[in-house]
Amino acid sequence: MGNSSMRRTRMRSGPAGRIVRIALTATALLFLFGFVVLPLVAVFAQALSRGVQAWGAAVTDPAALAAVRLTLLTCALAVPLNCIFGIAAAWAVTRFEFRGKNLLVSVIDLPFAISPVVVGMMLISLYGLHGLVGPAMEARGLRVIFALPGVVLATVFVTMPFVARELIPLMEACGHEEEECARLLGAGGWQIFRRVTLPSIKWALLYGVILANARAMGEFGAVSVVSGHIRGVTNTVPLHVEVLYDEFNFQAAFSVASILALLAVGTLAAKSFVSWYSRQRGGNPEDGEIA
Amino acid sequence: MSIECKGIRKTFGDFVAVNDVSLQVGNGELVALLGPSGSGKTTLLRIIAGLDSADQGQVLFDGEDAAARDLGARGVGFVFQHYALFRHMSVFENIAFGMRVRPRSIRPSERQIRDRVSSLLSLVHLSPLADRLPSELSGGQRQRVALARALAVEPKVLLLDEPFGALDANVRQELRRWLRDLHDQLNVTSVLVTHDQQEALEVADRVVVMNRGKVEQVGTPDQVCDNPATPFVMSFIGSVNVFRGRVERGRAHLGPLTVPYPEHPGAQPEPAAGYVRPHELDVERHGSNDGIWATVKRIKRMGAVVRLELVHGGDVLEVETTRERYDALRPAPGDQLYVRLRTLRVFVGAS
Repeated sequence: MGNSSMRRTRMRSGPAGRIVRIALTATALLFLFGFVVLPLVAVFAQALSRGVQAWGAAVTDPAALAAVRLTLLTCALAVPLNCIFGIAAAWAVTRFEFRGKNLLVSVIDLPFAISPVVVGMMLISLYGLHGLVGPAMEARGLRVIFALPGVVLATVFVTMPFVARELIPLMEACGHEEEECARLLGAGGWQIFRRVTLPSIKWALLYGVILANARAMGEFGAVSVVSGHIRGVTNTVPLHVEVLYDEFNFQAAFSVASILALLAVGTLAAKSFVSWYSRQRGGNPEDGEIA
Repeated sequence: MSIECKGIRKTFGDFVAVNDVSLQVGNGELVALLGPSGSGKTTLLRIIAGLDSADQGQVLFDGEDAAARDLGARGVGFVFQHYALFRHMSVFENIAFGMRVRPRSIRPSERQIRDRVSSLLSLVHLSPLADRLPSELSGGQRQRVALARALAVEPKVLLLDEPFGALDANVRQELRRWLRDLHDQLNVTSVLVTHDQQEALEVADRVVVMNRGKVEQVGTPDQVCDNPATPFVMSFIGSVNVFRGRVERGRAHLGPLTVPYPEHPGAQPEPAAGYVRPHELDVERHGSNDGIWATVKRIKRMGAVVRLELVHGGDVLEVETTRERYDALRPAPGDQLYVRLRTLRVFVGAS
């Protein structure tokens, strides 16, 4: 069933058709090269313009290392939070009927629609020194803005939709008969999740996690507003790049930027691997296992 | 375990899926819920299983309210139409699932699980396929795995939702017979949902015919076939010829037919319809005064029986006759034949 719809069909084309095909392909490749490949190569070229040693020095600078640590810590907190939220949201949306369900589905996408700067402003308006709950929290010794919690909150917000958006279509397609069946066979809620639900969503979950992680590492706008740019303390890698650049330390800026670029390329590779591997393992396109 | 449904009602928005249905299934009985799609049979089955809850009414297992029991503790084995096998587990693990998820204190040992799964695998004739994944099985094999998985927890009640609905005709036939044998062997109280009248009549001890959320008739296959309680049952089970008309003054005037109908002596006419099955019609070359003349339009030979399509006025009459009778008459399209009714069931009321 899946096979016939997946079989690639190529239109029979005359000479005019061939010209169109070549023109479209050339346009796509040109854009890709001009807007993606060339800038990426340029970053690495700039980063290595004064040799590998200068690059090494820039990326092992204490401030740079602190930025990498902060970015990794932020990801380590934000991604699991999004995982939990994504699974809970997908479960609620696909397994239950409730009032306001459509609203929830639209709200999940909101972080994609709002400009990250606005996200930062929203956090300031809540947790800032003159914000709604900021002063009360400050009085209890909990600082959010210009500190780690703010950075994490901003990151969680902007990466919120990734996991949920991967899971919802898949869980919708799978239906919940398997879970009903497990219940009738005597399995409890946790057993159903661990033995039935999780195995069938794990690849989509991993895919969502990778995407969320990529975005979390690279987030600039929202984090920039709430971090305060305290060197070595609240600077994430993207912020550190900006700071270096503003100080006219171009080579160091490019060197640190190249680390981010490398992480991005690595993420892309991981993403491709997961989707390739899950197709291999999925085996049963008929059941719509792989979204 | 016996099942009793008392006044079950279930609505989805404005749609009444099950409308005040009461039903009894005796211990060890195999009952078929038969009806067209949308008749509420699957909803009723899911309510019995506890997968859906009724808006009104009660389900009793052995006289005890089933709602009081936890879903997993009801002792219900459920077989889904699309099998709902755990797609990432082998056949073996699918069948073992119900035993593996039991609390540690009542969980069988690994050895006992192994033995039980092997005996179930041989029961459903799938022993060589224990290590396969569901995606590597045919439809009929998947359905048998689903059944073995449901039986693994030793259910008191077995519920089957269109179990053969997605299978080829010859596989269905075979599995149907096999299911009946299995039931005779295990004697588990079973309820089977189907839209296939042949399946219901062949497999079940009793048939519950449902339409638009209501029970139209409950009876043995013979009762349902020979004494349909309503026009719906009459036309849903087997093919039928309908003559529409009215009853008044103790007579029924139905198209070309007029028959006595003493049940309605009044002068006030009521709409009515007469029903006769194709095999309850005889065809002859010579006319008398108790039948009607019709023209042969089409002839379909189907092995031992022959179906004749006749036209009378604008109406089409289906007649089923034996091969011998057909050979004796040798009708051809365009011939006039005299049709006599051996029986006619009259139902009063608009339909």
